[in-house]
Amino acid sequence: MIRKILLLTTTLLLIILSAFSQEPSRQVDMADTLRSNGKIYVVVAVLITIFAGIIFYLVRLDRKITKLERADRDETGRY
Amino acid sequence: MKKNWWKILCVVLLTYTLIGGLLFPVPRVLILNETIRNLYFHVGMWFCMMTLYTISVVQAVKYLNKTNLNHDIKSRHYAAVGTLFGILGYATGAIWMSFTWADPNNPAVASFGALAKEPKLIGAAIALLIYFAYFVLRGSIADIDKRARISAVYNIFAFAFLFPSIWIIPRLMESLHPGGEGNPALNYKDVDPRMRMVLYPAWIGWILLGVWITSLKIRLGILKENKLSHS
Repeated sequence: MIRKILLLTTTLLLIILSAFSQEPSRQVDMADTLRSNGKIYVVVAVLITIFAGIIFYLVRLDRKITKLERADRDETGRY
Repeated sequence: MKKNWWKILCVVLLTYTLIGGLLFPVPRVLILNETIRNLYFHVGMWFCMMTLYTISVVQAVKYLNKTNLNHDIKSRHYAAVGTLFGILGYATGAIWMSFTWADPNNPAVASFGALAKEPKLIGAAIALLIYFAYFVLRGSIADIDKRARISAVYNIFAFAFLFPSIWIIPRLMESLHPGGEGNPALNYKDVDPRMRMVLYPAWIGWILLGVWITSLKIRLGILKENKLSHS
């Protein structure tokens, strides 16, 4: 008897829970699965890696040009 | 030491854009679905382009005032990187459009005819082509001073033409592109407040990135100029 009641309440709870989890996604399809199983973070990680690479490259270029400018200044003795 | 704080700001803002742009909540809109997040990236390209073209025309006017070749170098590189961002804006728009504007019952290729008539697309293409002509014009004049003067004048014309071709004409005609009745995305009534949290930092970040890349090209250009005049 107790087991039956427990089973019923858990099923009901599960139904309510599932209703709650579906509540925000009315008719409009969004990438909810991608978000719920956390795979979206993979995309963010990939993008951040690419962005970090580009920024690293830009910073290196910036440093190199600064060095060239310094050499040019010493050579010509201007400024 | 040069002031580099704005480069750090640029990296911070764009990192925030990448993370927040993909993870923060956005309104659920039919047809657009998750692509609404493109607003942070696609529109950012155009903002960056507009800013760089504006700096370019200011430098062109400065050159005409002072005939200092450094202004010409700056004007040229700002226009070049502006065009790069313009092409990126166009390409991202094309991808976005083919998933949202295209008739879902037909393949994207079949609705190409209708999409190619979009006034916003044609206007942006004309504006970019006018800037391509700017580089052709520059390349065709060998004399440095003449090149600087003529291309500065042409730059003013090209900038003036941006307004009818991308701001005015597309709004006079029927278009699928949002924002025909005002400033798209700038009008704070039609952008969700949750999106504005990312939108404004994203624009500033993209503009700073464009300026950063351009500043590197300008410094190289000036170095090259010095080398030429000393050897």
